[in-house]
Amino acid sequence: MSATDTTTSAEGAPAGQSGRKLTTARAMAEGIAQEMERDTGVVVLGEDIANYGGIFGSTTGLLEKFGPDRVLDTPISETAFIGLGIGAAVEGMRPVVELMFVDFFGVAMDQIYNHMAKIHFESGGNVRVPMVLMTATGGGYSDAEQHSQCLWGTFAHLPGMKVVVPSNPADAKGLMISAIRDDNPVVYMFHKGIMGLPWMAKNPRSVAPVPEEPYETPIGKAAVAREGSDATVVTLSLSVHHALDVAEKMAAEHGVDLEVIDLRSLVPLDTDTVLSSVARTGRLLVVDEDYQSFGLSGEIAARVAETDPGLLRAPLRRVAVPDVPIPYARSLERAVLPTPERIEAAVRDLCKA
Amino acid sequence: MDDKTRLDLYRVMVLSRTFEEAILREYHADKKPAFDIGAGLVPGEMHLSAGQEPVAAGVCAHLRAGDAVTATHRPHHVAIAHGVDLDKMTAEIFGREGGLGRGRGGHMHLFDPNVHFSCSGIIAEGLPPALGQAFAFSRGEGNRVAVAFTGEGAANQGAFHESLNLAALWKLPVVFVVEDNDWAISVARDASTCIPSNADRAAAYGIPGQRIDDNDVEAIYTTAGDAVARARAGEGPTLLEIHTLRLWGHFEGDPQAYRPELADVPDQDPIPAYEQRLTQAGILDADTATAIKEEASARVEKAIEFAKASPVPAPETALDHVFA
Repeated sequence: MSATDTTTSAEGAPAGQSGRKLTTARAMAEGIAQEMERDTGVVVLGEDIANYGGIFGSTTGLLEKFGPDRVLDTPISETAFIGLGIGAAVEGMRPVVELMFVDFFGVAMDQIYNHMAKIHFESGGNVRVPMVLMTATGGGYSDAEQHSQCLWGTFAHLPGMKVVVPSNPADAKGLMISAIRDDNPVVYMFHKGIMGLPWMAKNPRSVAPVPEEPYETPIGKAAVAREGSDATVVTLSLSVHHALDVAEKMAAEHGVDLEVIDLRSLVPLDTDTVLSSVARTGRLLVVDEDYQSFGLSGEIAARVAETDPGLLRAPLRRVAVPDVPIPYARSLERAVLPTPERIEAAVRDLCKA
Repeated sequence: MDDKTRLDLYRVMVLSRTFEEAILREYHADKKPAFDIGAGLVPGEMHLSAGQEPVAAGVCAHLRAGDAVTATHRPHHVAIAHGVDLDKMTAEIFGREGGLGRGRGGHMHLFDPNVHFSCSGIIAEGLPPALGQAFAFSRGEGNRVAVAFTGEGAANQGAFHESLNLAALWKLPVVFVVEDNDWAISVARDASTCIPSNADRAAAYGIPGQRIDDNDVEAIYTTAGDAVARARAGEGPTLLEIHTLRLWGHFEGDPQAYRPELADVPDQDPIPAYEQRLTQAGILDADTATAIKEEASARVEKAIEFAKASPVPAPETALDHVFA
């Protein structure tokens, strides 16, 4: 772990001298709290975000600190409260609105993609919608078809929303602060498996040093989570950690040196970081917990091909969710998620190792 | 009601109708002989509000600077009654750079932040953002309110019911106005709605609800005044349903073959009726009526000229304004 602990620290974050460690959930809540202290226009809305502190801990402690006027539990009424966030943002507030599971977007998508994402454009730039829509993503714990999806490709596909997807505590805080300060709607997508929840298998990097002071992690800038020379693994969120684990194993057992890129943002997408890595390694694997077809992995492939197909010395590989809903049974779910085993198999194929 | 208020209501309705007649003229001018929805200076769907002017005039008369309004895919009468910049609104309808949205939005997507006006082309979905404006106002000074207009067809949408519940729960300073023009495009309200009055649905949310019949601008004015005052006083939302009239088609090009008593519709026009009423009351004479119409016409033609003189957006700017 020690090799990756250093490389997954937040780019753009001040060097944390204290070494204080937080879970990703705590880091998010701290980022929100620091912005609430700075700006009284920041309010938090959503289901179970007040007394409960967020089902996945993203708002823990905010009610106690800021009270019920600024931390508001809503009815199970996503269209109404996401739309309310939009109207409040139009009037100059900076709401942070939680959609409990991204899978629930279907009941409120009109507010999200027809209103939140389009008002600035429709108004010719005259009306801004500075809100954060944060939402939990991802599977791996048998929550089945309607509570396990990532769907970031869906949001990234629709113009007008920035989309950020942190993978670790330091980025989670910095991206939250950047998202709140951004004058655009930002969809902030956190994987349940990176939150450091006591009631779910913890990724070892879900508790990590987080600087205490407020700081921004730039939106639209990928991080090189591990430097390497033999192949590039482009990924995000929980899959970053699987990729790092595979990279350590491949280095130790096969002498294969992987570069792992943590995209962190999908909109805007840091194409330059991907291209410069692929230009050096000549081999590309995209690991994505979203569905395979018409999504992120195809987009990365297209951007490489559009720039210079000659960058690739071997056919590109993808490890994503094959085009099937996420199954319930553990055996089936593991068969379709981008597990370390699937990633390793793809790397070995890609590198002939 | 004093005479000035009644004349002001008439004046707003005349301006709105004059505007719609001018847009009607401009919209069809270059779509002949064959109607092509994408052709001409004003392309695209066009939902004109003739007949519904009493709703906008009667409600918006109670609004002041800082109050917000959200309207529907049929927004012109409400925009005019709320004081949206007429030149820029017209230029937007013409898809010009000088428009409210620099030609990006068109007639269903008008945003004038100076008067906190917006509209949405999606049925019932303009209501939730109005809640947010009211939410922001409730934390600030000035007892500002938000008014959300929608149609009777929208009252069967989830967004309508979610919005009523949340607004009532949080006692937001918002007024919901359902414009019942009897038709959800071609589906009659009897074929879509299980109860005679959507105002009765207010009871389900523990808020006042009132239906106003006869497209009567003065009744609308009086009832809306109570609703706006209630919101301003921090007493929470009110639901109004106003029975109004869609004088023309759902959109231009709609043959309205589904409308059984189409021949009777022009006789229900509320503006000549109100003119007659004011005349009989001795508030309006022929000269004043003519002057009001000429003033409206001059104002509207100036807006049309402004729109036509405004540049067409340059193609190389098509990617601008996605993000701030």
